[in-house]
Amino acid sequence: MARRTAPVSDWSQDFDVLDAGYIADPFTFWDQLRQTCPIAHSNRRGSNWLPTRYEDVTAMAHDIEHFSSVEVAVIPFDGEEPEEPLLPYGLPPISVDPPIHTWTRRLLLPWFSHRRVEGYEAMTRDLCRGLIDSFVETGHADAAENYSQQIPVRVIAHILGVTADLSDTFTGWVRDILEFGDDKERNMAAMEGLFTYFVAEIAKRRESPGSDLLSELLQTEVDGAAIEESVVLGMAALVLIAGVDTTWSAIGSSLWHLATHEDDRKRLVAEPELMPLAVEELLRAYSPVTMARLVTSDIEFKGCPMKTGDKLLMNFPAANRDPDVFEDPDRVVLDRQHNRHVAFGSGIHRCAGSNLARMELRVALEEWLERIPEFRLVEGAELTWAGGQVRGPRVLPVVFP
Amino acid sequence: MKIRVDAGKCQGHARCYALVPELFSVDDYGQSSVVGDGTVPAELEERARLAIANCPEYAIEELAD
Repeated sequence: MARRTAPVSDWSQDFDVLDAGYIADPFTFWDQLRQTCPIAHSNRRGSNWLPTRYEDVTAMAHDIEHFSSVEVAVIPFDGEEPEEPLLPYGLPPISVDPPIHTWTRRLLLPWFSHRRVEGYEAMTRDLCRGLIDSFVETGHADAAENYSQQIPVRVIAHILGVTADLSDTFTGWVRDILEFGDDKERNMAAMEGLFTYFVAEIAKRRESPGSDLLSELLQTEVDGAAIEESVVLGMAALVLIAGVDTTWSAIGSSLWHLATHEDDRKRLVAEPELMPLAVEELLRAYSPVTMARLVTSDIEFKGCPMKTGDKLLMNFPAANRDPDVFEDPDRVVLDRQHNRHVAFGSGIHRCAGSNLARMELRVALEEWLERIPEFRLVEGAELTWAGGQVRGPRVLPVVFP
Repeated sequence: MKIRVDAGKCQGHARCYALVPELFSVDDYGQSSVVGDGTVPAELEERARLAIANCPEYAIEELAD
């Protein structure tokens, strides 16, 4: 994501999460900030605070009284917000506080329970195998575009009960909203496309309900009344937006790690029983997601004078590299024993799809390593990383014998 | 050894269940609880400590004898 941004002179007072050097290697910036100014500030794109210590990030996540979820976008529009939001509650439950958070979240959670996720595993495995079939003979692939990017979007389409034929369109919308969210026109057009699509899908399910998530939400009553359509729409949009780019980025970063760390790749091939711990470790080391919070009243937090309307960038990825909590945090230890990572957040907004994301990451890596145990980056190839709300490789050319 | 899950702290990360399914169960909403009365058989004590050390919400505690 190459953007032209003014150079940063002082990262503690003027950080820029879209700086190209930061996106490529944020880890050294976090190390430095943790030692000098653990909660940095910037006036780029509004007044934003960036915590880098585990203790601070988790404390902020738990303080829902001062830090609201009504504004979770890390990269806001470049320009005025529309006067009327498209949806009154945004994308519940991620964009709301209790009490709406509580009941909307309870409706979603069972769809992503352990039991349900086990049921999605076989189709995920078939999907991965089919993707690998399409390029394995050629000896090379873009592990981001040809593989990682193709998996979560199709699993999510299956859960929502919508056709996977539109996968590329879904992916485009999600990227325009998250990755290019500061481009107002692109962001708004994607939101409109997505909502128009789901409004039509909702109408179809009112006529003939199926057994999918959308149909069930439409038939659910809360306190004796059907759920408002705008809430159903927001929840459906959330499942798509939060379930695609995030997991695909985690799969891509993990494959990048294995393509560039021969010892780890060989170890994981030789000791496949390490996979569950390895998945947690890769999630820790390459946590893709940062969420924002809105400061709801003036408050001094650890000496930082936060004002109403400021934003916090909940830097879960940096928390997971904090040496106070993780021994040798910048090293990937596939069988790390003590790993209290917060890649899926912390507190009441813990990622509702975390069971699903874990399963997809594990299956995607298992299937890849089974068929392509040896692979490496194309020499001299230029990689592209996305950053901001979600960090992960967008172009990842690899070769295999 | 005896353990318990603090239901008020548990947010459903399910790390305990993934590590030691013999000792924990998770409901459809992600809420974790101990199996039985939380007594840990001697051969599972080490793994119980692993579950305690991996909970992102510090929701699992070892009870004093």
